[in-house]
Amino acid sequence: MTGAAEKGAAEKMVHEPTLPDEWELVVGLEVHVELATQTKLFCGCANEFSTEPNTNVCPTCLGLPGSLPVMNAKAVEFAMTLGRALGCEVHPSVMARKNYFYPDMAKDFQTTQYDQPTNVDGQLVLADGAVVGIERAHIEEDAGKTTHVGGGGRINDATFSLVDYNRAGVPLVEVVSRPDIRTVEHAKAYVSELRDILLATEVSDAKMEEGSMRVDANVSVRPMGSDELRTRCELKNINSVRSLGRAIEYEARRHIDLYTNGEAPRQETRHWDEEGGRSTRGRSKEDADDYRYFQEPDLVPLAPSAEDVAAIDAAMPVLPAARRARLGELSTVSADVLSTVVERGQDTLALDAIGAGADADKVLTRLQNDVAVDDWSNLTPSALAALVTLETSGDLTATQAKQVLADLIESGGDPAAIAADRGFEAMESNELEDLVDQLIADNPDEWARFTSGDDGDRKKMQGFFTGQIMKATKGQADGRAIAQLLVAKSS
Amino acid sequence: MSARSIAADVASGARTAVSVLDEHLARVAARESELNAFNLVTEDTARAQAEAVDAAVAAGTTVGPLAGVPLALKDNMCTRGIPTTCSSRILEGWRPPYDATVVSRLADAGAVFVGKTNLDEFAMGSSTENSAFGPTRNPLDTGRVPGGSSGGSAAAVAADFASLAIGSDTGGSIRQPAAFCGIVGMKPTYGAVSRYGLIAFGSSLDQFGPFAKNVADAAALFDTIAGHDPLDSTSIADYTPNAVDHLDRGVEGLRVGVVRELAGGEGSVEGLSPDVLASTSEAIDALTAAGAHVEEVSVPSATLGLSAYYIVAPAEASSNLARYDGVRYGLRVDAATTGEMNTATRTAGFGAEVKRRIMLGTYALSAGYYDAFYGKALKVRTMMLRDFASVYENFDVLLTPTAPTTAFPFGERSADPMTMYVNDVCTIPSNLTGHPGISVPFGVGDDGLPVGVQVLAPALQDGLTFQVGAVLEAAANAGGAS
Repeated sequence: MTGAAEKGAAEKMVHEPTLPDEWELVVGLEVHVELATQTKLFCGCANEFSTEPNTNVCPTCLGLPGSLPVMNAKAVEFAMTLGRALGCEVHPSVMARKNYFYPDMAKDFQTTQYDQPTNVDGQLVLADGAVVGIERAHIEEDAGKTTHVGGGGRINDATFSLVDYNRAGVPLVEVVSRPDIRTVEHAKAYVSELRDILLATEVSDAKMEEGSMRVDANVSVRPMGSDELRTRCELKNINSVRSLGRAIEYEARRHIDLYTNGEAPRQETRHWDEEGGRSTRGRSKEDADDYRYFQEPDLVPLAPSAEDVAAIDAAMPVLPAARRARLGELSTVSADVLSTVVERGQDTLALDAIGAGADADKVLTRLQNDVAVDDWSNLTPSALAALVTLETSGDLTATQAKQVLADLIESGGDPAAIAADRGFEAMESNELEDLVDQLIADNPDEWARFTSGDDGDRKKMQGFFTGQIMKATKGQADGRAIAQLLVAKSS
Repeated sequence: MSARSIAADVASGARTAVSVLDEHLARVAARESELNAFNLVTEDTARAQAEAVDAAVAAGTTVGPLAGVPLALKDNMCTRGIPTTCSSRILEGWRPPYDATVVSRLADAGAVFVGKTNLDEFAMGSSTENSAFGPTRNPLDTGRVPGGSSGGSAAAVAADFASLAIGSDTGGSIRQPAAFCGIVGMKPTYGAVSRYGLIAFGSSLDQFGPFAKNVADAAALFDTIAGHDPLDSTSIADYTPNAVDHLDRGVEGLRVGVVRELAGGEGSVEGLSPDVLASTSEAIDALTAAGAHVEEVSVPSATLGLSAYYIVAPAEASSNLARYDGVRYGLRVDAATTGEMNTATRTAGFGAEVKRRIMLGTYALSAGYYDAFYGKALKVRTMMLRDFASVYENFDVLLTPTAPTTAFPFGERSADPMTMYVNDVCTIPSNLTGHPGISVPFGVGDDGLPVGVQVLAPALQDGLTFQVGAVLEAAANAGGAS
């Protein structure tokens, strides 16, 4: 697997300018996930993204005097499902009030879980086998959305502010990792893996760009070899996986610069500015609110039984890591290919095609490269298997196979019949050889450059001869066969 | 005239609901300016409801059990489209877009809503002196308070402005004003009556409950409003109220415990006045005469209730009242920034007692103080639950005075919060434990004003409080109380 290892190293060079060797990055992630329930956490209002402001609201999610919450059972089920998918223990839990003033907090407290969360003590295994501990995954309600108008969009300088409570009371699970992440790549992989799990369990649509999955990063650095946890900063406003990588790296460098200059970072919340590529100071944690948590008296404790948890486990789909592992056992393709195929949900198709006798690596690479579409329902496992077998047996060239595959995705059918309709017939090798001989005779100068030129010439001329043959055969010749013939005739 | 007679007359067509309403409104017109029982008289609503009842009777349609009965609603109950203030400037002008579940049930039962009654601001007080809209006066002696916080509801029934009223009880706010005004008031088991639409003070303590001029009317009102509500998660599932069925059961063989610590016995709380204790003794005699086994019993933790309550209730209130921030409804005092607007609004909108309790509660929940205050109060609460549970192994009901004194004069206690808070010493334990309690008039004090006796029962035994209350009432009416 040297190839894959080299490829990984090369990517690292491009995407992660390494931090100075003497410093180690320490990252913990807090991910807020909007649950894909029909209704909000405590009322019957629709849980929908992007409607007219203040239309999905009622006395409860507006926090009107006298209103009361009623727990959404589906949200609890989703939360437990996510918890179990992350290997957490599901505990009896209580809701708590987190008290603070903000215009988009309808009740001026958030109903959340504090010292008795639903899910505790799990782990997330990344695609490369690295393990990140999960401290907790707790249920809470979302706040509304405030738009500050004028004064640079910050609350204290704004001319006025508009509040939309459509999002108020939307069910969330906050997944809190332990500070186990040591590289930017692992931070990004953690978020990708969590997203895959959310999609597989259908707990959330996990769209970072729409805010249904929001990532805050707690970042600190320490001297390599130390096990201390130094002052951390919490980065907010991270809107994509790419932005997460940039933000963590920027913040780590800022900390290293401070320490190098004999200073130290302050514990604070910082706002990631994607456009400016930097973080700016938000609230200082030193003068942070005292949230005065206490048990929510308007709700009763959640006490899932062992049977409830067993039912969640029984209904658990096979998770992405296991699905990747299953494909990995059958093939030698890279982790990237496995991730892509599993992420798209094409692994069952792949397994069935492989089961029907097709070459596993070829099936997976064809899926990754040529089935990057939303709807592949016309492509049956048997057709995919037949197509790949036509290609691996040499009956179809790569180019032809791609065209047939496109037809299969478009309208289904039998690959052999489609190939026949398109006039794709495997060229007899002597036919191809005649054609090569003819071209060599017609183009002696080019042939001389192929046989005795330098590497550059040789490469160019191979392209020339291949192009001519493809032109003559209308693309039906097999590129590999041409290359073999050219080499054979030049030696 | 009892509420049940009114309902029977209206249903039979002997009297119209409109004529009943007019009689009550005439009394309102005569005395309301003196008493200030109402924040709002809802004459138009009442007339429309009364006319609808009369039309239904005329059409031969079945009408509800409270058809045509004039009823007053405490002004911390959400009424759709009708101003609901909690007697606070901060909610002045706010019209809820929905009805409390209790309001809906009463409307369905055919009740006629005469008005929204005055209360101590956000139900914080024991005299109705803390209303932003002026105090309510006791109809029996206008120099005295009607009690509180449901003073307006108690006064409205005592003055016969309404035949029935709803109050809310967080630490005695139904039972104490009932005692002060010489009527019946009952706090149900926590979860027996829906809190949906009850503007929260102390969420784990608050309950709506009935006021009436007699025990049977109170039982009928309780049966109408109690029962499970899916909109209130703390509402008891499968609860079927049957208070009326208990009215004629008597007390023969019933085991009655007199709580020594709340009734002047050994280790008792201080400040229980002799005339009140004398009435309690007469009530014991009356129950004994009726066949009950009455004994003194000790519930040591009962004396800790007051301290625990004044941590728990303000703590919950500090959170419940955070939403009055000027952003969405009610009062807004403009200022340069959002934070300054919040502060200016709350400074102008809340009265002194509400501010005091918000500060108390905020402090009690603060980091570093939680364990010493709120955490400890929760432990006391658990201890009281355990102590009462063990007493109820040997007793069916418990007896105490409702309040330490009869109705006191205006201003007598408003200067010192602690003397005011002590008013609730006998009623608070059942809010902390979630148990039901009723106050029934029994005798008069040295000042000629009524004294209330309180009957407490275990959770879900609401019917028992009415059962014993009915016996006490009969004895008092028969001259068994002096």
